[in-house]
Amino acid sequence: MSHDATDMDNEKMSKTFKLDGKDICFEAGDTVMDAALRAGEYIPHLCHNPEFTPHGSCRVCIVDVGGRHMSACTLPAAEGLDVVNSSDEIMTQRRRLLQMLFVEGNHVCPGCEVSGACQLQAVAYYTRMLSPHFPHFFPKRTVDATHPDIAIDYNRCILCELCVRASRDVDHKDVFSISGRGIDSHLVINSPSGKLGDSELSASDKAVSVCPVGAILHKHVGYEQPIGERLYDNKPISVVGDLALQKNQQSNSKGSGE
Amino acid sequence: MKVLKYFISDMFSDCESLHDRFGPGGTGYGGSEEHARLNLLQFLIAIQKQYSHISTEAIELLHERLNIPVSQIEGVIDFYTFLHKQPRGEFDILFSDSITDRMLGSTGLFEQLCSILDVEPGQTRNDGRVCVGLTSCTGICDQGPAMLVNGRVISNLDNSRIEHIAELVDAATPLEEWPDEYFRVENNIKRVDILLSDMIIHGSAIEKMIASDSTTLLDSLEESGLRGRGGAGFITAMKWRFCRDAKADARYVVCNADEGEPGTFKDRVLLNSYADDVIEGMTLCAGLIGAKKGFIYLRGEYFYLLDALEATIQKRRDENLLGKNILRNQGLDFDIEIHLGAGAYICGEESALIESLEGKRGIPRKRPPFPVTNGYRDRPTVVSNVETFIAAAKIAVFGADWFKSAGTDSSSGTKLLSISGDCERPGIYEYPFGVSVKQILQDCGAEDVQAVQVAGAAGLTVPPTEFERTIAFDDLSTAGSFMVFNKQRELMDMVMNFAEFFCHESCGFCTPCRVGGQLLKNLVNKVVVGHATGLDLEEMSNIARVMQQSSHCGLGATAPNHVLDTMEKFPQIYMQRLANRGFEPAFDLDAALEESRQITGRDDAGAHIGYEPLLDDAGDQRGDAS
Repeated sequence: MSHDATDMDNEKMSKTFKLDGKDICFEAGDTVMDAALRAGEYIPHLCHNPEFTPHGSCRVCIVDVGGRHMSACTLPAAEGLDVVNSSDEIMTQRRRLLQMLFVEGNHVCPGCEVSGACQLQAVAYYTRMLSPHFPHFFPKRTVDATHPDIAIDYNRCILCELCVRASRDVDHKDVFSISGRGIDSHLVINSPSGKLGDSELSASDKAVSVCPVGAILHKHVGYEQPIGERLYDNKPISVVGDLALQKNQQSNSKGSGE
Repeated sequence: MKVLKYFISDMFSDCESLHDRFGPGGTGYGGSEEHARLNLLQFLIAIQKQYSHISTEAIELLHERLNIPVSQIEGVIDFYTFLHKQPRGEFDILFSDSITDRMLGSTGLFEQLCSILDVEPGQTRNDGRVCVGLTSCTGICDQGPAMLVNGRVISNLDNSRIEHIAELVDAATPLEEWPDEYFRVENNIKRVDILLSDMIIHGSAIEKMIASDSTTLLDSLEESGLRGRGGAGFITAMKWRFCRDAKADARYVVCNADEGEPGTFKDRVLLNSYADDVIEGMTLCAGLIGAKKGFIYLRGEYFYLLDALEATIQKRRDENLLGKNILRNQGLDFDIEIHLGAGAYICGEESALIESLEGKRGIPRKRPPFPVTNGYRDRPTVVSNVETFIAAAKIAVFGADWFKSAGTDSSSGTKLLSISGDCERPGIYEYPFGVSVKQILQDCGAEDVQAVQVAGAAGLTVPPTEFERTIAFDDLSTAGSFMVFNKQRELMDMVMNFAEFFCHESCGFCTPCRVGGQLLKNLVNKVVVGHATGLDLEEMSNIARVMQQSSHCGLGATAPNHVLDTMEKFPQIYMQRLANRGFEPAFDLDAALEESRQITGRDDAGAHIGYEPLLDDAGDQRGDAS
């Protein structure tokens, strides 16, 4: 790296805010989440994926800024901001939000193919969630296995809208969208029958690989990776990061190896 | 009835001529196709009104012409209460389900009508004639109970009206032949102050603006201290200035007439009798910020005001107060389109309103950026309340001092209150800011008052010990809802009604509001049925705090207010309902068996789990028997 470039980088990164007392450098246009992740500081999140426009719907990334709770993924970084990420109060609220997501759907970890490689589960462990706490809603949801390569289990959908965004912005197919309102909000498929089988989805779509939980699954590859060796089996999500990130790395290394 | 294909075709040509009339100049549209896409919700409303539902065929036709995925069109339909994919019947009846309607006996009237007509609530009758359902507050709280029939309001319901309505429905009498007095909605203005009494000549605010420069007028607006009348209270001059100063190829003015806060109905009256002043204010704003196009976002419940509003707009075009070269000023162009809502409280939130204006689901946007820089079509947009526009027009004419002559130092001017509930004289009251609750209660003839709910379901519950408090931005801040509850009322009914309201109206975007609201409602219900324990109350405040602090928008953040407020100020309404048991299951064990009973076809005693024989109650019963 040339001397000039270093100077420029220093110039670019000279602004800072505080995250739990630590100085975090940021660039113009960064959110608190962007800058924190770049600095290797973990802020728990579910609907956020750095590849997509911030969404701010799961609220798991709330941080405390001067007594107000804001979602770090949508909060623009600003000089002198004093952000609290890991206070008891914030962690407790995050845990309650996680518990809400758990009781809203039907999340049966022991029977789920992605157990151990699920962001919902991993973030729940991170926030020290020991039980769903709230009464389960036990909604009646279906599984759609009409597609030859992909299955979707609506029981596990947490409405992060990552598949909606990926299908719209990357795949340019608009396969997924949200319908209903309030507690009846749900993921729908854009196809004549409303089923995945006659949609334009293909197994290599970005929309398939961004699902942070076990809602969108590849068929024919069940338990390819043994339990015990999965991403979050031995190290917490705060250390190993997002599932999608690992999937990206895997597909990149596969690509370069061929 | 017109063939659907031709109806849709005509709708599109109307939209195109609308586009041509406003012209691309300054309104910024990328062409008539974009304009048509932005009108999706308006198309859906028109189809719903014509055919009582939006059929698969209609969705397919819209998809072909607009190039919007079918699932997204369906997503819009499913978001709005007044849109349906299944036929709603020739007569689509919706009872207003606000707490004030319930206090006036709406629940009994609803059951009466369902029973006479032999319909299940919310289900269309087999012959396709009628459907009877419930909807959130329709803004007729001073003349309730009220209902909407095919979008038209019927006020002052009572048993005899219900009987007659059932006859009219069964005889398939067209709505036009129903008695006129059923559809009468009075203004009910009971007290006026400077805003409603000091009249301006049409066009005088626009003339003031032409004679002056925008900075001077905005300074005067700032000097007046005018703050938004829709509840949030943002300084109006500042909002308008931000919008004026944002760089853009087009700017927009939006009048927020989505008056959905339960118990508020002042905009209904203002749009009915002061529409000229509202439009004057919008035109003033447009001139000041440089907007060529404006919208009135009219809540679907006020559909009956549409024709008169359109007529006022047309009259002002004819008078050269709207349209091209207003008052012969070259280049001063501004015109207004009315967009209807379709039953979604959340669309009163300004960024959700803009999404809805763009024909989408009313999901609040993330902020920043704010609508003043990135609003309608991502262009700078002012969204102000109906009452704010009237005040601004009059301040432009009479000056800042006129406005400041009323009110307090921090809250200048007056506020229109919509008063309903237990009082002799419900209606619209205009008061200078700073008036006490006690004074208001005296004026409207309320006695023996237990509580006043100020600022609607999202507002505050005020007990008698706080009746000296005043209506002001720094005390009781409100868009105008003022609901009175006397000592005979069960305040818990209000809490339950509000909890149901917020669940129904949550957009579903963020976790705390979508799930937390539902959990909270279930717990309120647990209190109501007498199964709650002290632990449940603690749980309620925990959930409420999460909603308040972590929700995406103001709806979720204010949704639990009524629970927290009543728990603090009226703890007895909770304590008296607590179950005297050490443990209560989180769910109703017996109700949980219902599905099994249905499957096995059993309903005998052995297929039920009673609460009574358990624990110490059983002992009491035995004691009684011996």
